[in-house]
Amino acid sequence: MENVKRKNPIKTAFQKLLKNKMATLCFFILLVEILMVIFAPVIAPYGYEEQDPAIRLRPGFWGIHEEEALAMGGVNPQDIYAEGHILGTDNYGRDIFSRLLYGGRISLMVGFVSTAMGLAVGVICGLLAGYYKQLDNPIMRVMDILFTFPGILLAMLIIAMFGVSTFNAMLAISIWSIPSFARMVRGRVLQLKEEDYIMATRSLGATDARILLIHILKNCLPTIIVIATMRMATSIISISTLSYLGMGVTPPMPEWGGMIAAAKEYMWQRPSMIFIPGIAVMITVICFNILGDKLRDILDPSLRD
Amino acid sequence: MGKVLEVKDLVTTFRIDKKEYEVLRGVSFDLNENETLCMVGESGCGKSVTTLSVMGLLPNNGRIVSGSIKLNGQELTTMSPKELNALRGKQMGMIFQEPMTALNPLLTIGRQMTESLMLHRGMSKKEAMETAKNYLEKVGIANPEERLKQFPFQLSGGLRQRIMIAMVMSVQPSLLIADEPTTALDVTIQKQVLVLLNKLKKDVSTGVLFITHDLSVVAEIADRVIVLYSGRKVEEGTIEQIFAKPQHPYTIGLMNAVPNVDLDEFDIQPIPGTFPNITEDIGGCRFHPRCPYATERCRREVPEMLETEPGHFVYCHKIEEEQSK
Repeated sequence: MENVKRKNPIKTAFQKLLKNKMATLCFFILLVEILMVIFAPVIAPYGYEEQDPAIRLRPGFWGIHEEEALAMGGVNPQDIYAEGHILGTDNYGRDIFSRLLYGGRISLMVGFVSTAMGLAVGVICGLLAGYYKQLDNPIMRVMDILFTFPGILLAMLIIAMFGVSTFNAMLAISIWSIPSFARMVRGRVLQLKEEDYIMATRSLGATDARILLIHILKNCLPTIIVIATMRMATSIISISTLSYLGMGVTPPMPEWGGMIAAAKEYMWQRPSMIFIPGIAVMITVICFNILGDKLRDILDPSLRD
Repeated sequence: MGKVLEVKDLVTTFRIDKKEYEVLRGVSFDLNENETLCMVGESGCGKSVTTLSVMGLLPNNGRIVSGSIKLNGQELTTMSPKELNALRGKQMGMIFQEPMTALNPLLTIGRQMTESLMLHRGMSKKEAMETAKNYLEKVGIANPEERLKQFPFQLSGGLRQRIMIAMVMSVQPSLLIADEPTTALDVTIQKQVLVLLNKLKKDVSTGVLFITHDLSVVAEIADRVIVLYSGRKVEEGTIEQIFAKPQHPYTIGLMNAVPNVDLDEFDIQPIPGTFPNITEDIGGCRFHPRCPYATERCRREVPEMLETEPGHFVYCHKIEEEQSK
């Protein structure tokens, strides 16, 4: 008993996370990715709109370098690596690496903001529905209605109503994530409400607001962290899907899904154009999912002792 | 000696499957300052429901139908939830049975102890910390400063229960309700907790309503005892009266059901029959199906209160008839 050092449970959980190799790897990949997209203007060698028609659809570093081409002679200029464009160029001669960084900004920002908005509204709805019996039915039935729409359809409906823009896409995705937050939080609140310490807190004269915001919300936090992490992945896929369908981010602003959509015409000529943003989405989503999964393993049992 | 709590003809019902069932059928008792009143009875007799009625913490399907509860002269049954909430913690505090789950696992002890001090006694954070420290010392916790920074999972059950007691008593309520606070603890810790409760009771001059079904705990701590059976009080008296001269057949049955270590053979006489479900409709005295002396009158009439000696009340037809002879 005495040798247990005092620690914040959240901090303890984080330390446990770092002990898991897979989770640590994902965490650092995401960290690097986030830093890279934040500092995109510094890192990116070109602007995302900078075109050079002379070097359209060139391969990246894996292509034939100029000296080699000279030595070989008679090489198709399309196969020659354009110096400085490490991931190649697209159909307008724009640098794919730079566009990937700027596109990641949008993808991650939309993922983050829409998750945050969905989380805020969803958690409030969940807390109220779980705690006040008379609000349970009205709130949860609205959530059920939102739930019945297939996610992407709901998002498309909202965008069709309000017009195509990054903000509207963000709004659509956040509305779509509200019910899953509300459901999880409500379930947790229903469970916590019956705990002795909540009763004890009430017997000490705490007001409802205090019980909800301090005692219950804090105990919901592990659940919220886990679903928020998982939800980030879903949101990123959603914005990419919407952009792919032309309902998300509007060109020339790059976005991973939009880049894939633009690349599909040149799929046979320059497949890397489609693979690169695809792999970026994949890595990000997998990392968020694994991280969420591991967080659930870590947060759940340790906080129940 | 002022009266802290006056409960009169309290009737509380629970709604189960759209039907109302009486759980408390007119319970009355008083509690004085500086006094420990023990409420004993089997599980389901309404002990906990009495405490929850007083605290105003009945679950959603429970409600007080009639009767009055007065805390320091203020009527609680007609109060708005908000007014009642302001009294909770401040004038009446409660200690729960299960110390392992009665503290919030995510907040430090210090945080939980200072919360109510700041709320009810208007203290600053610093003063509250200081007071919390003092009370932890009072309940015999070594290095309180360290404890205040710890989380509940780092503490043992006995420690947690003492912290609960310190937490409730630090606000200096005039009524302390202890709902089987020692049931989950082992015997040595039990004794410590009981001694502690008695000491703090005198310090703060609190009235303690102590719920238990453990008669050895009653013998240890009580000034007066009331015996509940199926939502009704069957006997009330001082500790000496109840233990030396139990009168109601149920109380006598309870006493006989305690194993006596002095005898070579453990001679436990259980009370025949089983405890009635609250949904069962039993007329007259609720105990009559299990009572060896039950008569036709017991089945029909609810017994009236009878004072057999000063301060000793019993509700039984048999005793009434014996006295009137």
